[in-house]
Amino acid sequence: MSGALSPPARWTPPGVFVALALTLAIGWLVVTVDGGRLFSLPTTVSLLHVAAGLGLVAVGQTVVVVGGSLDLSVAYTVSLSTLVAAEAMAGDDGALLPAIGLTLAVSATIGLVNGLLVTLARINPFIATVGVGLLLKGYLDNGYDGPTGKTAPALVQGLGYQRVGPVPLAFLLLLAVAAAAWFVLARTRFGHHLIAVGGDPEVARLSGVRTSRVLVTAHVLCALCAGLAGVYLASRLGAGAPRVGTEGLYDLESIAAVVLGGTALAGGRGGVVGTVGGVLLLASIDAVFNQLEVDVFFKQVIRGVIIIAAVAVYARRAMRKAS
Amino acid sequence: MSGLLPSPLLALRGIGKSFLGVRVLDGVDLQVRPGEVHAVVGENGAGKSTLMKVVSGVHQPDEGTVEFAGAQRTFRSPREAQQAGIGIVHQELTLLPERTVAENVWLGREPLRRGLVDRGAMLDRAAGLLASIGEGSLPPDTRVGRLGVAQQQVVEIVKALALDARLLIMDEPTAALADHEVDQLYTLVRRLQEHGMGVLYVSHRLKEVFDLSSRITVLKDGRAVTTLDTADTSADRLVRHMVGRELSSYYPDRAQPQELGPVRLTVRGAGNRKLRGIDLRLRAGEVLGVGGLQGSGRSALARALFGAAPFGTGQVAVDGAPVRLRSPRAAMRVGIAYVSEDRKGEGIVAEQSVLDNALLAVRAVRAVPPVRVSRGARTARVRELLAAVELRAAREDQEIRFLSGGNQQKVVLARWLALAPRILLFDEPTRGIDVGARSAIHDLVRRLARDGAAVLMVSSELPELLGMSDRIIVMRDGRIAGELSAGATEEEVVALAVGTAREAAG
Repeated sequence: MSGALSPPARWTPPGVFVALALTLAIGWLVVTVDGGRLFSLPTTVSLLHVAAGLGLVAVGQTVVVVGGSLDLSVAYTVSLSTLVAAEAMAGDDGALLPAIGLTLAVSATIGLVNGLLVTLARINPFIATVGVGLLLKGYLDNGYDGPTGKTAPALVQGLGYQRVGPVPLAFLLLLAVAAAAWFVLARTRFGHHLIAVGGDPEVARLSGVRTSRVLVTAHVLCALCAGLAGVYLASRLGAGAPRVGTEGLYDLESIAAVVLGGTALAGGRGGVVGTVGGVLLLASIDAVFNQLEVDVFFKQVIRGVIIIAAVAVYARRAMRKAS
Repeated sequence: MSGLLPSPLLALRGIGKSFLGVRVLDGVDLQVRPGEVHAVVGENGAGKSTLMKVVSGVHQPDEGTVEFAGAQRTFRSPREAQQAGIGIVHQELTLLPERTVAENVWLGREPLRRGLVDRGAMLDRAAGLLASIGEGSLPPDTRVGRLGVAQQQVVEIVKALALDARLLIMDEPTAALADHEVDQLYTLVRRLQEHGMGVLYVSHRLKEVFDLSSRITVLKDGRAVTTLDTADTSADRLVRHMVGRELSSYYPDRAQPQELGPVRLTVRGAGNRKLRGIDLRLRAGEVLGVGGLQGSGRSALARALFGAAPFGTGQVAVDGAPVRLRSPRAAMRVGIAYVSEDRKGEGIVAEQSVLDNALLAVRAVRAVPPVRVSRGARTARVRELLAAVELRAAREDQEIRFLSGGNQQKVVLARWLALAPRILLFDEPTRGIDVGARSAIHDLVRRLARDGAAVLMVSSELPELLGMSDRIIVMRDGRIAGELSAGATEEEVVALAVGTAREAAG
């Protein structure tokens, strides 16, 4: 027949964690030689905060990418969410929960629109979500010049600054969201169907999967994660910020983290565990460069090189597997 | 209908369907009884696939009614047809290579426990189904991408079984199977039949149709020409219904000794990961058949000669000059062409036009001798070639995916002919191609040999292998197990392939 079977494929930790360990080791060495401290409390806390913000967006991004789609409107969804949250709270702790609910509802609506454009209107996800992003950008640019609203103090103290040892509450929130996303992908029908749609939409359809419904749900989940990231950023900034999403490059960075984590950009393979690794990797590089006070532009160049190298490694591996 | 017969499981009445104004199905009546294997035959383009898609809910008929299990039904989606109990094994494998066997089998209806996917049950029940059809050795937690085509086919069937289907549609189920695997499929189909399942069996292979079916419906140009009781029918009669032509004219004449030219290709002691100690000589004007079981190295040989999965050791010479076939491009430069067994994946660029597909090779290798011509002349030449391969009923700006398999293959051939190759490698040249177009491809292959090309043709179909080849080598476990001359029998080939015959000396 087709020759001996190798033992069934087991889950192997994505290479991104090896890269993360290496980055931290080398980074630590270089920073130490430079006379700094990479693992000091302030550095660690700030690293984890960076990871929390990007991570929330990237986990959501993973969900759509696994389904063979993509969301380039997340940066604007993040910005809008900070504003909705901060304005609805208006500094009042009593308005905290309704405001969060409203923020999530707004972001879910954005996801719904994205999902419907991609499925019902059959618009390429790249175009559809960039379009929705530009729409949001128009609204934000027109309506806001700078920080607006006031985040509820309880949220600032809690999600914004509360820590357990060196670990910010926000990072724990990320871990919880990532765990939930992992669970959804691995253990629910929706997750199985989503991976199938990403692998081959026609196969999924012929197997009786409601492909459109699955993809719309994925887009809603992705936007919800971006909304959550917005709530978190509002808690850090104390107000809504109309450009925080785009300035943080949450759209491209979240996709970079997903890809670094080993998720196939074409969909059908990957998961949130790798993405969290990718997020930590990007945040660590950030922290090292900050410690070394590296020029901002040079930093971007290095990040670009790392992402390209990582994807090249995955591509090689995929080719070896295929042959 | 006689009252003694069981009421039909499936009854199609006056089914009509048009696409973009083209009538694909026209007033088709067809009935399947419980426990019946009902074969549907016809040339490509006769409407078989469309009819199956109507039954399985992929397409909705424009006219006519579908009655299933005694009730009139309108299936608006594959899901509805599945839930009603209609399973389908598709012609092209519809599995996700990145997912496990169990995940593929249960896709769309994963077993749940407390609202969550019950992985244990998924694995256990998949293992149970596999065992029930004698494939218990296939672990259900294997990634499907790691399986061979035949095993993937098994998964495909198990996937349909998992539905508790009462009617199973099998669309060309043996297209990718080697002969001994076909026997396993027979056993399986008969077992399903005993359980009272109705089977709609679509196949180009008449032998299977006669072996398995109780009745045969012939489709031609979207109409059901006739339904015959298999027992009262001969293959000749069936083919006449299908194409209006006798069976005997199947294969073109073989090469006469004086038609054989010098040795074009010599391989000595060559090997790679899948092949060992390959020695062979291929002469101009000859068709060398390559037989063997799936995974025996027959495809690997063609791929090695084309540089797609190159030899690591040994020597290869073309027209006496040593060559290194390290890439397809290198092989093309010395005049080697290759027609892949995987037409959809490796043969065509589905979304490009017929003309673009035909021009692909010639555009890639601009100045391969002896074709050294201007761009316009090149296009004109390809147009001639498309005419030469008798490409019917297709505009050259049409996307190739809308063509039938046979016409796609003709375009692929034209692509290679544009390079005026000296050596042609065919891997399953007529896989998934209907009887009529099949003869056309066979004629083309022979014509190319007659014009002086050396042809190596891999085929898993024994009649084709025996009918076409001037000489046959049989592969086993990555080696050439033996060589047979033109008059060989099916038994001799099989004996070499499975290793019951003594290997030829040397």
